[in-house]
Amino acid sequence: MNRKLRAVMTAAIAAGIAAAPLPSVSALEVPDPGYYDALKGQNISLNVYNWGEYISDGSEGSVDVNAEFEKLTGIKVNYTTFATNEELYAKLQSGAVNYDIIIPSDYMIARMIREGLVQKLDLSQIPALSNIDPDYMNAAFDPTGEYSVPYTWGTVGIIYNTTKITEPVDSWEILWDEKYKGDILMFSNPRDALMIAEKKLGYSMNTSDENEIRAAFEELKAQKPLVQSYVMDEIFDKMGSGEAAVAPYYAGDAITMIDDNPDLAFVSPKEGTNTFIDSICIPADAANVQAAHMYINFLCEPEVAAANIEAIGYSTPNTAAFALLDEETQNSPISYPSQEIMDKAETFLVLPDETNALIDQLWTSLLSTSASADEKKEQGGGFSPVWIVLIVALGVLLVLVGKKKKQKTDAAGVPEEEEEEEEEYEDDEEDNNQDDDVK
Amino acid sequence: MKRLGKIYTWLIMGFLYIPIFVLIVYSFNESKSRSVFTGFTFKWYKELFSNRLILSSLGNTLLIALISSVLSTILGTAAAIGIQAMNKKARSVIMNITYLPIIDPEIVTGVSLMLLFVYLRTHLHIPLEMGLITLSLAHITFNVPYVILNVIPKLRQLDQSVYEAALDLGCNPTQAFAKVVIPEIMPGIISGFLMAFTYSLDDFIISYFVSGPTSQTLPVTIYSMTRKKVSPEINALSTIIFIVVLAVLVMINLYDARQTKKKQARISQSF
Repeated sequence: MNRKLRAVMTAAIAAGIAAAPLPSVSALEVPDPGYYDALKGQNISLNVYNWGEYISDGSEGSVDVNAEFEKLTGIKVNYTTFATNEELYAKLQSGAVNYDIIIPSDYMIARMIREGLVQKLDLSQIPALSNIDPDYMNAAFDPTGEYSVPYTWGTVGIIYNTTKITEPVDSWEILWDEKYKGDILMFSNPRDALMIAEKKLGYSMNTSDENEIRAAFEELKAQKPLVQSYVMDEIFDKMGSGEAAVAPYYAGDAITMIDDNPDLAFVSPKEGTNTFIDSICIPADAANVQAAHMYINFLCEPEVAAANIEAIGYSTPNTAAFALLDEETQNSPISYPSQEIMDKAETFLVLPDETNALIDQLWTSLLSTSASADEKKEQGGGFSPVWIVLIVALGVLLVLVGKKKKQKTDAAGVPEEEEEEEEEYEDDEEDNNQDDDVK
Repeated sequence: MKRLGKIYTWLIMGFLYIPIFVLIVYSFNESKSRSVFTGFTFKWYKELFSNRLILSSLGNTLLIALISSVLSTILGTAAAIGIQAMNKKARSVIMNITYLPIIDPEIVTGVSLMLLFVYLRTHLHIPLEMGLITLSLAHITFNVPYVILNVIPKLRQLDQSVYEAALDLGCNPTQAFAKVVIPEIMPGIISGFLMAFTYSLDDFIISYFVSGPTSQTLPVTIYSMTRKKVSPEINALSTIIFIVVLAVLVMINLYDARQTKKKQARISQSF
């Protein structure tokens, strides 16, 4: 590469390395630092398992919460991340790893309580719990409030492009509208997608009635030809660039998208929607329980919670932290919707095993069959791609066998060729010898 | 006709490299978007160097790739030499077993390894924490077959009489092995090592199942960012890795070209 480019790259990397050891600009203040001295000098490590990009980690000028905790308590934080509740559950259930802190969602917490995978908290070790809004405590998934401490919450709604959709949007029906065929995005996880279909039909999102669930999946099947794709994080780019016109997603992420593309708008549908709460729990086999309680308390401190919420973008259940947010966020109807919307919203509950199995099976068949394949079946026997592959494989096999047979019959003629070659070689040697004599 | 061939080559090159090019361009993007280019900035590179999680994941990935590829190269080379010396029946049985980790779906390998480690810990009370050790063991498991498959062809090409000639000329078997056999099969060993390194760097599914609280690898970290938004710091990191690998390959090729030139110069001199 030429000199100038090399100089620029070196300067960039040098700047990056120089910036690395600098501590974050603002330290966090806690009301009672003495509480955090209890385990200093004991060389304890805490294993924390959280969602990806779900904490203030020092990027873009924010505070590195884990680093601040380490400075304050002398406890090392081993921070790892997961992408779905089901992944967390699988890791925990396998018994492979001991985590001290996990942050699952509502329905997963209910399931873990039922199966004894999380332990009761000693609330006396979490004085900062008083900062949490009582409305979010003792929710249906943790009625006694002894197993979890709320971390974030949010709602699901519809994000749409106002230049592409000019009519007023107020219902989940817009995701089934033929006018926007090919411009519609849908959740690629079964629970959220099913929730939308169930709400559209007026059912509870926690129903375990098999008929209702099947009816909801029929709706999803009918929607499939209109859907551009089933997404999670690809939605940011698709809505931001205008590639798609309408999509359901979480409210906090909608704010991020609207910041990037002011043409977008967010609405909470009239049929009602889902409120999710992600809470902090301590697994039953955690090794460092006291340190874990300390970490939970730290996350509930007002400045820490405020920093986290600003980085994550969702809504906070912490009233003291809420007071520290800027006015625009506090008054945002997207982040903090009206009581009317909250009344119509439901939280996910854990479903019985048979229901979960049914949903898994129906979701798999929804994603794997294409809409056109269904039509062919109605016409009476589509030609499955499996047959095509088998026939091609058989053809290739026959050709190969035929070639091998041909080689065997040719082999009889090979010895003659070898003799001819040897004769030629001898002639060449004689020629070479003559040259040497001349020299 | 030649021009068609060239156009075709460029199309294939484009198909392979345009996505990487887009990735690199968007690592300089002002906003987090991957579809709208709003402004030019180096800030993601700066952010990358202060992002603890990404840097530690990168460190874990590189360390495990190095450990597992070195160990699997040693194991695989030794195995290949042993396999070459077997009779035909034993050889075909062993080679079929060697193919198993390659043919196996990665999920099967990953889950079974995780269950094995859990069993070892809970029932046989071997203090095996999910971490660097389990990850390295897992990576060595699926890397060894690739090394074996790379070394065996070189061993087949090796003329047995070269080894015997070395013995005749006064080497003991160890010296003959080290000074004659190893250099002959070195290209196979090196390509086996590079393949093992690449597969280890790349691996997601098996690492996902056997990683622990201190040893998350880079692919697992990137995957966990997919509920929210994959940060452009990953674009910056990928660009840096791409440039490093490109630079190394260019240097190796230049070195090789110079060596070939020197050899040719020596040959033409001797005439």
